[in-house]
Amino acid sequence: MRNPDVKLAANIFEKPEMAPTRDGFGKGSVEAGKADPRVVVLSADLEESTRAEWFHKEFPERFIEMGVAEQNMATVAAGMANYGKIPFITSYAAFSPGRNWEQIRTTIALNNVPVIVCGMHAGVSVGPDGATHQMLEDIALMRAMPNMTVLSPCDAEEARKATMAAAKRGSPVYIRFGREKTPVMTTADTPFEIGKAQIFWKSDPSLGKAGFPSVAVFATGPLVHNALLAAQQLEKEGVAVTVVNVSTIKPLDPMILEIAKSAGAVVTVEEHQVNGGLGGAIAELLAKNAPRHIEFVGVQDQFGQSGKPDELIEHYQMGVSHIAAAIKSAMSQKN
Amino acid sequence: MTSLSDSEIREIESKAQHIRETIIEMLVAAGSGHTAGPLGMADIFAALYFHVLKHDPKNPNWEERDRLLLSNGHITPVRYATMAHAGYFPVEECLTLRRFGSRLQGHPEREKLPGVETTSGPLGSGLSQAAGYAYAARMDGKHFRVFCAMSDGEHQEGNLWEAAMFAGKYKLSNLTAIIDRNNIQIDGMTENIMPLEPLREKYEAFNWHVLEVDGHNIAQFIAACDEAYAIYEKPTVIIAHTIPGKGIKEIERDFRWHGKPPKPEEGKKFLDELRTMGGKISSEHQ
Repeated sequence: MRNPDVKLAANIFEKPEMAPTRDGFGKGSVEAGKADPRVVVLSADLEESTRAEWFHKEFPERFIEMGVAEQNMATVAAGMANYGKIPFITSYAAFSPGRNWEQIRTTIALNNVPVIVCGMHAGVSVGPDGATHQMLEDIALMRAMPNMTVLSPCDAEEARKATMAAAKRGSPVYIRFGREKTPVMTTADTPFEIGKAQIFWKSDPSLGKAGFPSVAVFATGPLVHNALLAAQQLEKEGVAVTVVNVSTIKPLDPMILEIAKSAGAVVTVEEHQVNGGLGGAIAELLAKNAPRHIEFVGVQDQFGQSGKPDELIEHYQMGVSHIAAAIKSAMSQKN
Repeated sequence: MTSLSDSEIREIESKAQHIRETIIEMLVAAGSGHTAGPLGMADIFAALYFHVLKHDPKNPNWEERDRLLLSNGHITPVRYATMAHAGYFPVEECLTLRRFGSRLQGHPEREKLPGVETTSGPLGSGLSQAAGYAYAARMDGKHFRVFCAMSDGEHQEGNLWEAAMFAGKYKLSNLTAIIDRNNIQIDGMTENIMPLEPLREKYEAFNWHVLEVDGHNIAQFIAACDEAYAIYEKPTVIIAHTIPGKGIKEIERDFRWHGKPPKPEEGKKFLDELRTMGGKISSEHQ
């Protein structure tokens, strides 16, 4: 059953409201801009699709057009943050942090200045643009970097909150956003805090056969919705599942370890390479502290291709049925 | 800034000579690091810290200070030595260069040593940081200047030209770039590795005001900084023609000294050369 404490939208399973997480950036950046005059937004010739134009309209004097130059955008932002501004840099994740990783590493992370790197259009769900634009390695790239906080909001509302929280962080942050409209699961009342994961779904403890503990599903981004659908379906079959929305991938919430310990097995779900992303982060945490069998739902060391978002999610085995199958597989491998 | 008397210029030249001695001492002690670039930029760094820059060694985070960002972080020994002589920290600390636990990292780090302004080493990213700094300062109506010291070789990096385009577009007149045009890079001469000329025309085409100076002529360099300050509507770049390794005959113009330190016995010989003014005086001055 859904966790009442996190105040999810009533309609998450029946015709949920749909919005892209990048809209959350658009709203959140305007709110952050109102709250703090130091906030500036830099755009690399993509202000409409990144939603940076929402900030541009509100604060034209604090919007900076960089042209198609992501390396310069990162380093100009580093200089601005070093001065005392709070810059958001916006582009597609394939280009930023894809192209400007070294600039982010040296001039933002090592320099330890509060630039917020906003990677839009992440994942295969970009769709028809194809593999070049379907960023699947950004979490791995950014997670490996000291001083960097890594956020991956599950829906537009959480993306709004993450954007505002990042502006207050005072240190480098990466936020991952998607292009497609995806279900809005959270509400204005759903708590959000950097470094905190949220239990969205927890099966009744009496559920389950032969005392088998629940399977812990750690999911990030809009695929959290697929994980919830899988959990709902499995509950009807008597399988106990806990679904955790991991919107902060770095630093990981210590609660994740406790949930994993009480679970029989673990499944991770992400629209990212299974290497080095959320699955990698959870595996590192558990291998050291509480080894558990883990099934990794995500892209299996491949590039994407053109297609419709839904068919790509299915093709790369991140659909509801794949998550349900991974949960069952995890149960059969229980420790 | 006002024009300098001959004796004031000689005083800065003498500072540069002390800075060169410290550079040799610190590189010998470190056993690694770059020699030619730091020696070649000693006159310019002396002119910056002892005349051009508005700064306070006792208050390195003073809000109204001029900012000097060093893009080619590998010549940081000249900055460390100059900062020490200017009073930011004891000159003896220079001997900790590149050692474990030292504030004087092999390439400069902002959080390690107050006053270095930014972290640098990977080439081609200093100018854009300086441009971002200048843009942000102008937004807030600040009056301090932003300087960026760069190498010539790093002009082979694409990021640098993105920054040049950006600064030209936004007419960042509070930004002054200084290029150490010493014609060498690690593997040889810049014009053989990947030609940069015509460098002046490139910057002019990017809507910069361009000045060229003898990088060992203190008065000329200071006059160029004054002119840059007076130019509105454009950023200024000062192409400073320098001799790599300036001050030590054996190192001058030899690209093989780009990235290696003197051995202890070489260091002794070089210090002797510096301290006797190339043999002009019979005993070493200290």
